[in-house]
Amino acid sequence: MQGIQPFSRPKVALEQYPTGAEIASRMLFTVDSVYTEFEGRTVIDLGCGTGMLSIGAALLGSAHCLALDIDEDALETAQSNVSGFEGLPVDFVRCDVGALGMQSRLRADTVIMNPPFGTRRKGADMDFLRAAFQVSCGAVYSLHKSSTRAHIQRTAEKELRAASSEVLAQLRFDLPASYAFHRDKVKDIEVDLWRFTVS
Amino acid sequence: MKLLTHNMLSCHIKGVKNGYPFKIDPVKIEEMDADYDPDFLRHIYPRLEWPALREAAQVMGEPNLPEEVTESMLQNDEEFLRHFHHALLELILEEGALVCPETGRRFPVHKGVPNLLLHEDEV
Repeated sequence: MQGIQPFSRPKVALEQYPTGAEIASRMLFTVDSVYTEFEGRTVIDLGCGTGMLSIGAALLGSAHCLALDIDEDALETAQSNVSGFEGLPVDFVRCDVGALGMQSRLRADTVIMNPPFGTRRKGADMDFLRAAFQVSCGAVYSLHKSSTRAHIQRTAEKELRAASSEVLAQLRFDLPASYAFHRDKVKDIEVDLWRFTVS
Repeated sequence: MKLLTHNMLSCHIKGVKNGYPFKIDPVKIEEMDADYDPDFLRHIYPRLEWPALREAAQVMGEPNLPEEVTESMLQNDEEFLRHFHHALLELILEEGALVCPETGRRFPVHKGVPNLLLHEDEV
């Protein structure tokens, strides 16, 4: 895990992150080295996918990490990944992140997510961001394409009334050609690691 | 599904007004050890709906939660805190269902995961 540095503000520090596993763990360690928003706290992972971020949050001492995903296969994979560690406090619920508006009691101290970038379904990233602001009592950590930075900032501050929003780091996301819509073998995407606090 | 998770979930079918808390219909309950952290219990308590936790705990086999919780219990009643910890974080609903208190709609819990996805006509 070479080259991990705490990115205190302001703004952008550059590092390269070759894989999803690394980007996730480095994201969490970057956060954990500056803020104490996992240990002894509750966490919600929106769109948990393979459970990478939930596992990381649990390893960093989260007392309860709730991993949400709409996809049954993803949840099964995530459960299997979690069970590779002993006794991690990760709980799962299958649900639609877009339908969390009615879950008025669903809250966590910290929300983490690596949301869809909104390339396949426009606005998916914003739906996740809205849901994150709804369920977080404190901080939201999220990855978004750097090309959407201005839009993200505007949405967070104007619509969602974030108490603060900042890019902690800019990362390189090497997406292997694992999806049908990828024409190149490996596609580099510049992504921002955002930290928001809710008001 | 742990009872802390249960404590935060509501039935979100369109038009439902009293979708909280879900009744638990247990088929298989498991237990796991969780790190005992009284500071966390004090941290999370104000956010809990205590009667919902107490009722769920009874269904899940932890009948020792009191009706009323006082500040001094939270601070230094070790026996209470142990029961609270056990109910909140160590009881797992592995198989069964969450039942909407208003409509009776059953949301299945399979392999520990509640499925809260709605049918088209419920959205």
